[in-house]
Amino acid sequence: MDGVVQLQRQLVDYTASLFHEGFLDEQFNQLQQLQDENNPDFVVEVVSLFFEDSERLLNELAKALEQQSVDFKRIDAHVHQLKGSSSSIGAQRVQKACIAFRNYCDEQNTEGCLKCLQQVKHEYSLMKTKLETLFKLQRRVLAAGGSIPKPI
Amino acid sequence: MEIIPFFSIILFLSSPKNPFLDHTHTHHSGKLEISFMEFGATSRKKNKMVNGNQKFRTEITALVVDDDTTNRTIHRRLLQNLGIENQEVRNGKEAIDIHSSGRNFDLILMDMDMPIMNGIEATKQLRAMGIRSTIVGVSTRSMEEKVQEFMEAGLDDYQEKPLTSAKLISILHKMNHNGSV
Repeated sequence: MDGVVQLQRQLVDYTASLFHEGFLDEQFNQLQQLQDENNPDFVVEVVSLFFEDSERLLNELAKALEQQSVDFKRIDAHVHQLKGSSSSIGAQRVQKACIAFRNYCDEQNTEGCLKCLQQVKHEYSLMKTKLETLFKLQRRVLAAGGSIPKPI
Repeated sequence: MEIIPFFSIILFLSSPKNPFLDHTHTHHSGKLEISFMEFGATSRKKNKMVNGNQKFRTEITALVVDDDTTNRTIHRRLLQNLGIENQEVRNGKEAIDIHSSGRNFDLILMDMDMPIMNGIEATKQLRAMGIRSTIVGVSTRSMEEKVQEFMEAGLDDYQEKPLTSAKLISILHKMNHNGSV
């Protein structure tokens, strides 16, 4: 039976590990600070929007790279957008993968782009799993009557 | 009411350990400090000092122009957190349209890369329309020439994404300093 304190400690440790491993950066703290009693689900809401947008962009990217004549400008625009939104929520590893992607777009290198897309998809999917785990932990803490520790 | 030195408030509000950004403090206390950032005597008269949990409002209005839903949501929340009434549009053309319909804003947060009409073009057109609002370019572009081009379109300031409370506060500080509202 997990006491509240133990759950909270688990949450703090897990959150810290995400920062340590570079999945999240300072921007994620910014989001947490914007959450308050009037906006109690802000972080989950924004991250959900990010998931929706990202999945759409990743689909568009896959389609664009399958075309006979690859439109690198369009691909670059999509990757730029994904880079922007991932940096806004603090998804550091996804953002970095996007930066590498754009270099291959510049070179108009289809093979390179395909590899990068796989890399971005991989980082995105890792990130998604980690955040879903984080939110689940937060819900357990709240359900046990605890509160989510705020970042300093 | 005491007028706390302006500069010290800005430093205090932008420091990462600012307790007013901590949710355990009552919401209004952080925003009370913002009242001293207010622009001009008329604003000061309009801003009431409030007690308890009454929502604090400033008189500044803002428009968020960005094609990305995630970014729009975050920017609007940042503005709301500082008591700034705000609206959003999804690209440069919508920004022009909303102004053509007669709406005006003190502050415009303008993304650079957007479909239909980008931030550079939108900024040029707004200035050509005679719009004197504070326009701040917000983008992930770090290439000097692009930023230069954006500034030359008529920006008052440029901030690199991601936007934070501290960056927004520095924007508001500059707005007050320039006397433009």
